[in-house]
Amino acid sequence: MSTPETLRVLHAARTNEVVVTTMSTAREWNELTPHPLDFVYVPSSMGQASSLGLGMALAQPDRRIVVCNGDGCTLMNLGSLASITAAAPKNLVLLVFDNEVYEITGAQGTAASRHRRSDGNSLDYAEMARACGFHSVHTIDSLPQWEQQVKQLLSEPGPVFAWLKVAPVPGGIGPRSPGPGPERARAFARALQDSSDPI
Amino acid sequence: MILLRAAGAYNNGFQDNRIFTFAHALVGIMDKHQLFEPTEFVELLEELEFTHVVWVPDSTLGLWESAILDSKAIQLVSVCREGEAWAVAAGLHLGGSRPLVIIQCTGLFESGDALRNVLHDYQLPLYALVGYRSYLNSSSLPGDTCLTFTEPIVDAWNVESRFIDSHDKKHLFKEHYLQCQQDQKPGITLLAEGRA
Repeated sequence: MSTPETLRVLHAARTNEVVVTTMSTAREWNELTPHPLDFVYVPSSMGQASSLGLGMALAQPDRRIVVCNGDGCTLMNLGSLASITAAAPKNLVLLVFDNEVYEITGAQGTAASRHRRSDGNSLDYAEMARACGFHSVHTIDSLPQWEQQVKQLLSEPGPVFAWLKVAPVPGGIGPRSPGPGPERARAFARALQDSSDPI
Repeated sequence: MILLRAAGAYNNGFQDNRIFTFAHALVGIMDKHQLFEPTEFVELLEELEFTHVVWVPDSTLGLWESAILDSKAIQLVSVCREGEAWAVAAGLHLGGSRPLVIIQCTGLFESGDALRNVLHDYQLPLYALVGYRSYLNSSSLPGDTCLTFTEPIVDAWNVESRFIDSHDKKHLFKEHYLQCQQDQKPGITLLAEGRA
């Protein structure tokens, strides 16, 4: 399955959840209709979207927070998996879009990808999540499976971890910031704190 | 008081004599260079209405753990690396909470990109207390390069800071934090430490 079509399914299923996107997912999410509770985390400190989402989840425990992370981002901040399960927010959903490459820099293989490992086996993010203390862990291999599970995944008690195996987008470029960061952050904070339709 | 708190925090799984040994050892740990006592510091955080402490402790800052955990007003968020602390604090701030980042200066060095992102790209008025390793006593780490790099690094990140290296400067933390909140700017208090 591709990242764009996977995100379109999420976009259709999403109601009043916060959706944080970064890197490749931000690029593709920018192509869809925006929502006041979108936080397009561009520019980012790579790997920090999961931690940003953790903070939002702790501040807004009645609001579902969905973080669309990449595999490279996940590897860059693996400790955040332990930090998330230590805090154990029931309202956090962490989606890892695994294309096995650093897509926006030209599709170089990550250290976890089969292309960079002597045994030819990519690392198992679901097992990493379980080892770090996630109890709700999903592995999504196909679009029909994702379409079938997305609603459940967005509603079950968290923290939820889902490993989505996606194909790289050929020639995928870096994401564009949809506007000045400070203004977007302020608008997002207003929307998040003023919104009266929590989960 | 401090001793009892610390001993109590480690009560589970320890025999009485081990508690005594631990507490006895702690007396040695708590040297004259500790500028804020745990309850004093937590009461100050409560007065300033912080809601969360996001931290990676060091051996000086870590002495506050039990007092922070005892606070009903403040939630302690433990992260694994200091870059995380800035991002978690950013998320907390966006969600309407009032976080304080507590890290050592070595963690400040490590977390530069995360700091740059939230304080400058998004201009979030986050505040941090940064332990300044070896400033008061470098006997266990002679020649500690934290003394060389801490202040230039804070300056390089273009964050307004205050420096507390004695009891009579402790008021600077409160004053600077309130000023930063009023101006909606980020800030750092550097807190001199005497232990590595």
